[in-house]
Amino acid sequence: MPPELIADILWKVLFAVIFVVVIMTFAAYSVLAERKVASWIQGRVGPNRTALPGLSAIPVIGPHLVKMGIWQPLADGVKFLFKEDPIPGHVNKLYYCLAPAIALIPALTTMVVLPVGQYTVDGIAHPIVLANIDIGILFILAVSSLGVYGIVIGGWAANSKYPYFGGIRSSAQMISYELAMGMSILPVFMWANGTEPGLGGLSLFNVVTSQQAMWLGVWMPVPAFIFLTALFAETNRLPFDMPESETELVGGFHTEYGSFKFGLFFVGEYAHMVIGSAVFTILFLGGWNFLPDFGIDGLEWLSDPWSRMGWFGSVLSVLYFIAKTMFFVFFFMWVRWTLPRFRYDQVMNLGWKYLVPAALACIFIYALIIGLIDIAFAVEETPAIVQ
Amino acid sequence: MELVDYLPVMIQLLLAAVIAAAILIASHIFGQRARGNYASDSAYECGMLEESKPHPKFSVKFYVVAMLFILFDIEMVFMIPWVLIYRELLSVGILSVWPIFFFLGVLTLGLVYEMKKKGLEWER
Repeated sequence: MPPELIADILWKVLFAVIFVVVIMTFAAYSVLAERKVASWIQGRVGPNRTALPGLSAIPVIGPHLVKMGIWQPLADGVKFLFKEDPIPGHVNKLYYCLAPAIALIPALTTMVVLPVGQYTVDGIAHPIVLANIDIGILFILAVSSLGVYGIVIGGWAANSKYPYFGGIRSSAQMISYELAMGMSILPVFMWANGTEPGLGGLSLFNVVTSQQAMWLGVWMPVPAFIFLTALFAETNRLPFDMPESETELVGGFHTEYGSFKFGLFFVGEYAHMVIGSAVFTILFLGGWNFLPDFGIDGLEWLSDPWSRMGWFGSVLSVLYFIAKTMFFVFFFMWVRWTLPRFRYDQVMNLGWKYLVPAALACIFIYALIIGLIDIAFAVEETPAIVQ
Repeated sequence: MELVDYLPVMIQLLLAAVIAAAILIASHIFGQRARGNYASDSAYECGMLEESKPHPKFSVKFYVVAMLFILFDIEMVFMIPWVLIYRELLSVGILSVWPIFFFLGVLTLGLVYEMKKKGLEWER
């Protein structure tokens, strides 16, 4: 192999490692955030003891760092690592060990097409992304739905009744809500694939640039709501906590799991949640666009102030995107401690009788609306298909 | 779009697999050891002795949902190319909305039929 290619691959590996480390850190700290938000909503204190030795000796900020519990994820990880790693005698050993890995791998792979910000070269904006490929959202939908295999295999291989029922239920739930999720994004891509040159395809960067005039969540509220609901079901968060509804199924599919094997399911779920929030932000909340500029000339700085600030603007765009994503991670926790869990028949009814028909209706209605808009404001440019 | 653009995807897949394997192996190496006993080697059933098969039969409704999912998922994949080309076709004066509405309408009728036949009732 030529040396340039090897150097290129090494750079790509380095970027991939950075992405994984950042997302894993976010996942670990959203576990802490979950506990803190829960304690805050319920009027408790939450984790406030864990500290590195000597940390509280730091004047002024030391005690506050301890009270915030920021070392708790580290302690949890160490505890997972040094606990007994049980492989009970009644399980199917190969699949029992394979299932946690299968649950984690899709959660760590979907981030590869996720743009997190933009940089500008010669006046043209490029996404900050690992793989700038044009199948974007299709890749995320396809790979994230592989996560259901981890749950089903884990539930089946445990050779026990509670995990088995948890696995069966969750597979039916996840495939049902995948439909609603996939249909609710079709109006978004119908709008994002306009006739402007350089736009097109299923890439998430196009969706963000097409939202400079108005965030899509504002004029597509119903698809946004369907997508958000389906996202809760896909990440197995309350109120769609069927696979591990502990009042009925003890721990659901991971009843027989312990130590870091359980930890991998756990980290995978939180990584899924972080990435799901990021995808929602990109599709319906304008990604890293600062504020909508309503398509008015001279107001472009309002939606895209980043391209005027050089590298500092790129950093700011990433931080702004992370802030929006973090708000949705908080929203996930807020909903978890606000709504009670649905019954299983209610979950399936909601998915098949309300969300899927509503998503179908949205495709009808937005096809008509977008058609009327395009005919009313007929574009004069020659479209790419004619050329 | 060239094949080399997909290189990061392969790198990421390998990286994710390596991380998952490394964590599992590290947990196995560092974890405490305990000798197996009767309690930990039998399936958990709330303290009761194991009863009947570990994989009991489950409702046929799960199969129905799986089959419906295949139908509607394929429908969704069919719609993606139309969604991508819809506005471009409009701008050259081709209204592609009626054929796809017919296609969608047939599938919607199927969904309505399924509901009327109580294929999606989970209460019973």
